[in-house]
Amino acid sequence: MRLRLVPENTAWDFFSRPTLWLGISAVMIVLALVSFGVRGLNYGIDFKGGTTIRTESTQAIDVAQYRDALGALDLGDVVISEVFDPNFREDQHVAMVRIEAQDGQEAVTSDLIDTARTALQTVSPDIKFVSVESVGPKVSGELIQTAAIAVALAIGAVLFYIWLRFEWQFALGAVIALVHDVVLTIGVFSEVGIRFDLSIIAALLTIVGYSLNDTVVVFDRVRENLIKYKSKDLKEVLNLSINETLSRTFMTSVTTLLALIALFVLGGDVIRGFVFAMIWGVVVGTYSSIFVASAVLMKLGVKRDWSKPTDTTGNQYGNIDA
Amino acid sequence: MLQIDLWKRVLIWATVVVGLLLAMPNGFYTRVEQHNDAVKLIEAGADTSENRDAASVWPDYLPSGLVNLGLDLRGGAHLLAEVQVQDVYASRMEALWPEVRDILRPERATVGTIRLQPSPAGELRVRISEEAGMTRALELVRGLARPVVSLTGAGTTDLEVRGEGNVLVVTLSEAEQRATDERTIQQSLEIIRRRIDAVGTREPTIQRQGADRILIQVPGLGSAQELKDIIGTTAQLTFQPVVGRAASADASAGVGNEVLPSLDQEGVFYILEQAPVVTGEELVDAQPAFDQNGRPAVNFRFNPQGAVKFGDYTAANIGSPFAIVLDDEVISAPVIQTHISGGSGIITGNFTVEESTNLAVLLRAGALPAGMEFLEERTIGPELGQDSIDAGKIATIVAFAAVLIFMLLSYGLFGAFANIALIINIGLIFGLLSLIGATLTLPGIAGIVLTVGMAVDANVLIFERIREELKAGKKPARAIELGYEKALSAIVDANITTFITAVILYVMGSGPVRGFAVTLGIGILTSVFTAIFVTRLLIVMWYERRRPKQIEV
Repeated sequence: MRLRLVPENTAWDFFSRPTLWLGISAVMIVLALVSFGVRGLNYGIDFKGGTTIRTESTQAIDVAQYRDALGALDLGDVVISEVFDPNFREDQHVAMVRIEAQDGQEAVTSDLIDTARTALQTVSPDIKFVSVESVGPKVSGELIQTAAIAVALAIGAVLFYIWLRFEWQFALGAVIALVHDVVLTIGVFSEVGIRFDLSIIAALLTIVGYSLNDTVVVFDRVRENLIKYKSKDLKEVLNLSINETLSRTFMTSVTTLLALIALFVLGGDVIRGFVFAMIWGVVVGTYSSIFVASAVLMKLGVKRDWSKPTDTTGNQYGNIDA
Repeated sequence: MLQIDLWKRVLIWATVVVGLLLAMPNGFYTRVEQHNDAVKLIEAGADTSENRDAASVWPDYLPSGLVNLGLDLRGGAHLLAEVQVQDVYASRMEALWPEVRDILRPERATVGTIRLQPSPAGELRVRISEEAGMTRALELVRGLARPVVSLTGAGTTDLEVRGEGNVLVVTLSEAEQRATDERTIQQSLEIIRRRIDAVGTREPTIQRQGADRILIQVPGLGSAQELKDIIGTTAQLTFQPVVGRAASADASAGVGNEVLPSLDQEGVFYILEQAPVVTGEELVDAQPAFDQNGRPAVNFRFNPQGAVKFGDYTAANIGSPFAIVLDDEVISAPVIQTHISGGSGIITGNFTVEESTNLAVLLRAGALPAGMEFLEERTIGPELGQDSIDAGKIATIVAFAAVLIFMLLSYGLFGAFANIALIINIGLIFGLLSLIGATLTLPGIAGIVLTVGMAVDANVLIFERIREELKAGKKPARAIELGYEKALSAIVDANITTFITAVILYVMGSGPVRGFAVTLGIGILTSVFTAIFVTRLLIVMWYERRRPKQIEV
C-alpha cells in the first residue's frame, strides 16, 4: 500500500469561482502592502547600516542591565534581545545587540565597537563576543538597491523565458503569481517583524524559483492538454491539468517542506529567518501556481492552435523521399 | 523499448564514481586538511620528517580537494575596504611641482617669478607674475605630459593644463585618472595579498569588488581589527628634503611644505618639502642589518630610476639634511655626507632588532599606494561557526532521512531508486563543490537541504507520469519509457527557470548569498543528472533482470 497524499483520481473544480480566488489574492496583496507601508521592514544592518554584536555568557542575561550599560554611551538607538534556541547548552545565554549607524559616518568605526565591548564586559565579566558585524551606511544603501535589482531581474528573465517557451498569457500569469508570492512574503516579514537582511533576499529569489518551478509544471501540462483536447473548453483543460499534476504538486511541496522544517527546528537561530521565508514561500508558491497563475491564464484566454505547420502543409516542395 | 547503450551506462557510472571520489575527502575533513597543509609546507621547502608524517595521513593518489568552509562556519574576519583612489592624484600633483618649477625657471624672462599656490588635493596651482608669459608657460608645462598607458586611454596624455588669469592649473586628465585608479587597485590588491600571505593563514579571500573596493576574508583570524592591523592603512615610506626644524605641530610651514613629528624624539618636529625625492614604491629590497656601531638598522636598495633620483639629489645637496619618513613620522633626518650613487642606503634610528626586522618586512611588502576606508567589517567567532556546523549537520541528516522515508512510503521500490539517486546527488554536489574549490556557507547548507527537498521533484514528475501511463493500460516497459519522455519537458523548463534565478543570485549577490547561489545552481545540475540518467539506469537494470509483467509505482 502506497502513501497517497491526494486521492487517485481527482476531478476537483478549481475554477468555479476564479474571480473569488483572484479577489482573495488581491486583498492579501493589499494587506501586505499596507503592512509594509505602516510597519515597514525590520531591516538588518546589511540594509540599514550599524553594528550587531552577538554575545555569549554562562550567566543568565539581564537585558535591562545591558541596556543601562550601553545607554550611558550615547550610541543612539540600541536594541538588545535575548536569543533562545533548542540547540543551546544549559549555560549558554546568547544576546544580540544592535547599534544603529552613527550620524555622519560613512565608514565603520572600531572605537565604537571597543567602547560597547568594554561596557558589556563590566556587566558580565565572562562575556564572549562570538560575532561582531558592522556595515557602513554607504554600502547598506547600495546593498538594498542591488537586492531590489536582483529580484526585478530574476522576474524579468523568467518572464522572458516563459514567453519564449509558452505564450505571453502564460508568462503574464506566472509573473503575476511571482509578484504575488514576493509581496506576500514581504508582507509577512513586515507584520511579524523578523529581521530582513541580505540572506532574506536569497530566500526571496529561491521562492521565485520554487513558485516558478511549480507553475511551469502545471503550464507544461496545460500546453500538452490544449493540444490533446482541441475541442475542450479552456476551463476544463485547466481543471484537468491541475488535477493531473495535483499529486506531484503535493509530493514535491511536502518533501521540500519536510526538509525545510527540519532546518527550521534544528538548523540554529542564525538562519531561522531565512528558512522561515522559504517555508512561507513554498506554501504561498504552491497556492499561487494554481489559484493565481492558472486563474490569470483563464481570465486572459489563450491561443488554441498549438499545432506547428507540418511537413506536408508547410513545405511547398512536398516530400521528395516518398 | 527500454534500452541504454553500453557506452552511456559506462559514462553514467564513471561520472558518478568520479563525483563521489571527489566528494570523499570531505568525509575525512580534518585528516585531509592536515595532509594538505603539510604538502603545502613541504612544497615551500620545509621537508621535515614531521611534515612528511602529517602528509602521510592521507594517501597522495586520492583526491584531496576540500569544500572550503565560509567565514560563518569557520569563524574569521571580513573586511570591505574602499581604496581612496584620489589620494594618488594628490601625491602625483605634489610630486609634479619640482618638475614644473625646474622647467619654468630658465624661462623667467618671459614668465616672471614662479610661486606655488595653496591647491586643493589633486590640483597643482602655480602663479606666474607675468601674465603675458602664460602661453609660453602652458606650452612648457604641457610638454611635461606623457601619453596615458592604458587600452582605453590610447592617444591621450596624462596632464590637463589650463590658465586662469596668471595662475597655471594642472590636473590629471580623465583618461589618466582611470588608468591610475586601475593601477592603484591592482597594486593595493597585490600588497594586501603579500601581507596576508606573510602571516600564513589558510585560504584567505582577497577580491576586487566593483571599481574601487576590495573584499578581504581571512578564516581563523581573531578579529577584523587584527586584520586591519596586518593590512595597515597607510605605511608609506618617503625621502623628503628638510627645510628646517619646528617646536610644535602648529608651526607655519609655508606653501608646499609640511610639518611632521619625529618618530622617537618627543617634541621634535621637522618642516619638510611635501614633494618627496624618492618614495618607498621605488624600493626593491630592504633587509634588517646593523650599522657600523652595531645598532640595528635597515639596509635598502632602490630600483634604477629611484637610484638615479636619489643619486642626483644627494650629489646636489651634500651637507644638507633629508628626512626618512614612515607613515607621516620622521624616522631620522641624517645629513647627507657624500653623493650616494649605488642606489642603496641604510636607515638607522633607535630601533630594537625586532623593530628593524618589522620595518624591513614592511618596506619590502611595499606601501599601500592609497589610504583605505573600511565600509564593512565582520568578526565571527569560531564557536559560533562550530555551533552552526553542528546544527546544520543534524538538520541535514534529519531532513534527508525524512525525505528518504517519505519517498519510500510513496513510491515503494521506485522510491528506493530515487533515494539511491538522492544519496548520489548529495555526493555529487560535494564533489563538484570541492572540484571548483567553492566555499560552503550557512545559507549554502540551506541550499543543499532545499536541493534535497527539490531533487526528488524530477523523480516525482517521472513517477507520476509512469503511474498515469500504467493507468492508461500501457505495458510496464512502455509506461516507463513514456514516463521519462513526457516528463522531460516539464523537468527541463522547471529547472532552467530555477537555474536562471540561481545565476542572477550569483551575479548580483555577495558573500553568503553567493555561496547559496553556487550550491543551489550545482544542486540543480546534479539533481537533473541523477533524475534523468541515474534513476533511469537503475530502473532499466532492475527491469532487465526481473522482466516484471506488471509494476506498481
